[in-house]
Amino acid sequence: MRRIVITATAMILTAAASMFSASAAEKLKVGFIYIGPVGDFGWTYQHELARRAMVKEFGDKVETTFLENVSEGPDSERSIEQLVRAGNKLIFTTSFGYMEPTLKVAKKYPNVRFEHATGYKRDKNMSTYSGRFYEGRYIQGIIAAKMSKTGVLGYIGSFPIPEVISGINSTILGAQTINPNIKVKIIWANSWFDPGKEADAAKALLDQGADVIMQHTDSPAAMQIASERGKWAFGQASEMIKFGPKAQLTSTLHNWTPYYIQRVKAELDGTWKSEDTWAGLKDKMVVMAPYTNMPDDVKKLAEDTEVAIRDGKLLPFKCPVVGQDGKEVECKGGHHLDDGQVLGMNFYVKGIDDKIPGK
Amino acid sequence: MELFEAIILSVLAASTPLLIAATGELVTERAGVLNLGVEGMMIVGAACGFGGALLTGSTTVGAICGIAAGTALSLVFALMTLGLAVNQVATGLALTILGIGLSGLIGAGFVGERITPAPQLYIPGLTDIPVLGRILFGEDGFVYASLLMVVGVWLFLYRTRSGLIIRAVGDNHVSAHALGYPVLKIRLGAVMFGGACAGLAGAYLPLAYTPFFVPGMTAGRGWIALALVVFSSWRPGRLVIGAYLFGAVTILQLHAQGWGVGIPSQFMSALPYLATVIVLVLISRARAGGSTAPAALGTVFVPDR
Repeated sequence: MRRIVITATAMILTAAASMFSASAAEKLKVGFIYIGPVGDFGWTYQHELARRAMVKEFGDKVETTFLENVSEGPDSERSIEQLVRAGNKLIFTTSFGYMEPTLKVAKKYPNVRFEHATGYKRDKNMSTYSGRFYEGRYIQGIIAAKMSKTGVLGYIGSFPIPEVISGINSTILGAQTINPNIKVKIIWANSWFDPGKEADAAKALLDQGADVIMQHTDSPAAMQIASERGKWAFGQASEMIKFGPKAQLTSTLHNWTPYYIQRVKAELDGTWKSEDTWAGLKDKMVVMAPYTNMPDDVKKLAEDTEVAIRDGKLLPFKCPVVGQDGKEVECKGGHHLDDGQVLGMNFYVKGIDDKIPGK
Repeated sequence: MELFEAIILSVLAASTPLLIAATGELVTERAGVLNLGVEGMMIVGAACGFGGALLTGSTTVGAICGIAAGTALSLVFALMTLGLAVNQVATGLALTILGIGLSGLIGAGFVGERITPAPQLYIPGLTDIPVLGRILFGEDGFVYASLLMVVGVWLFLYRTRSGLIIRAVGDNHVSAHALGYPVLKIRLGAVMFGGACAGLAGAYLPLAYTPFFVPGMTAGRGWIALALVVFSSWRPGRLVIGAYLFGAVTILQLHAQGWGVGIPSQFMSALPYLATVIVLVLISRARAGGSTAPAALGTVFVPDR
């Protein structure tokens, strides 16, 4: 229903744009396509925060429109095209599944610029951007190993795709620097978003002896369960401390604000170029929420690790990386795994006593 | 044994919303009306239930708000299908879409807020009994209410005259009409009961299960409730078995993953559904044949005068 309302608004905007094209030309129109509701308290919410911050930065130099709950596939192509026709000159499409539709529309409208999140296909007028979230997970692994009394971590996965698997590996590599015998129990929810199921998975992990919960699903349900049981958890994508004031250790925040401001500024200055951005702690695209509910020495260790990663002194996937079979993984990046290896990761590191589902 | 207790507690919590929503839909369908909008009524019930509890601080008020919201939405369905004799399947599907949109609108202001979850029963002595104590005497009110409701519905449908009339309307509305029963009024009541239950089931999610509201938090549970009604072959007793079986397989597959049983998680996630299908086949094979669905299910009725 809300989408229909927003769609209708977009259509009215189109009409308005054609009538007042002279005045519209002065403002840069920027469009956004969201996969979820802006209030999902996770992925889409972070993009929305960045949009608002960007609007605040540029004031009346920009005018933004967003379409939420746009499902991936043909529906998204229509929505992107709608934004183009409404006069948007810079369009952010914020989910992996929008890759092909964005590419298609980009070819059709060479004068409009596109920014696609988490994809790998680019064009003259289409950039891609994503965050190195695994950097934050490495820090989480260190904190988790320090805090855990049972030596068992609980991990709720969404789908066994490379992004999630590299997150699990990074966590364990971090944890192993503290406790080489750390154990992890992994439960796949097979969903990005199902609060009930995420809560059930968290309960199952805690019941089986885990005492720190980490998740790669989007709702704060697991955080609440950990909070109820007096255990610890890490937030996901957003700040979730409200849902577990005594439980949240930290959260790997997705911070798109600097990027959105930088790209809109480039467009305003006429210096926009098609680029591939994969930024982490250094560029503040990945930001750690305050380190809470932990002793000072753990906090200090986490902060030091964060600084080391930011300065490039510590690489989560530095060689040698040993796979489950005990063999070293080929080191394509010199002294660390190269970006391609991380982006396509489909193996567990040694120390994870589990199998990647379906492999 | 502690793990056993924990698993049973999780199973009861996971099954309860399914059982409540399915009980309501069972009565609706027994009266011959197929309302596919359970998911929509549930999610609106979740939004309103959470809102009520957030504003007043009371779980009971929240539950009442959920019931009221589900009933209100079912009235829209009743107006279309009973009043205007519109196709029930299409209206039900539209109701789901409407409900999802509406809940987002209602709940927009509640996102990010949190409430105290529904209190759990505590009887000194009884609740402290090892293993069984918490399972039998330590649940939240919804769990007990859902079971009482199923018993009530069973008694009503099979042991009262009104129940007999409802079943008659669902099996043959023309005959019931000829006998002088107000078919549309009876169906209106059944649809409203279904809506109330769906609203309560939806409210259970943010009030007791995961005490916060996010759009889309029912995540398909309304559809599972619909499937459970078919699974139960429209009988309340089997509904309880079905709901708990479904909940049990859902929870156990999560535990199996944690234990590292080497079965792909995608298959495990499909298990509850597979179990449902298998039991369904077994039941229909064991029966002497013929459908147990209410004969007039899903057909519109327009009184001739």
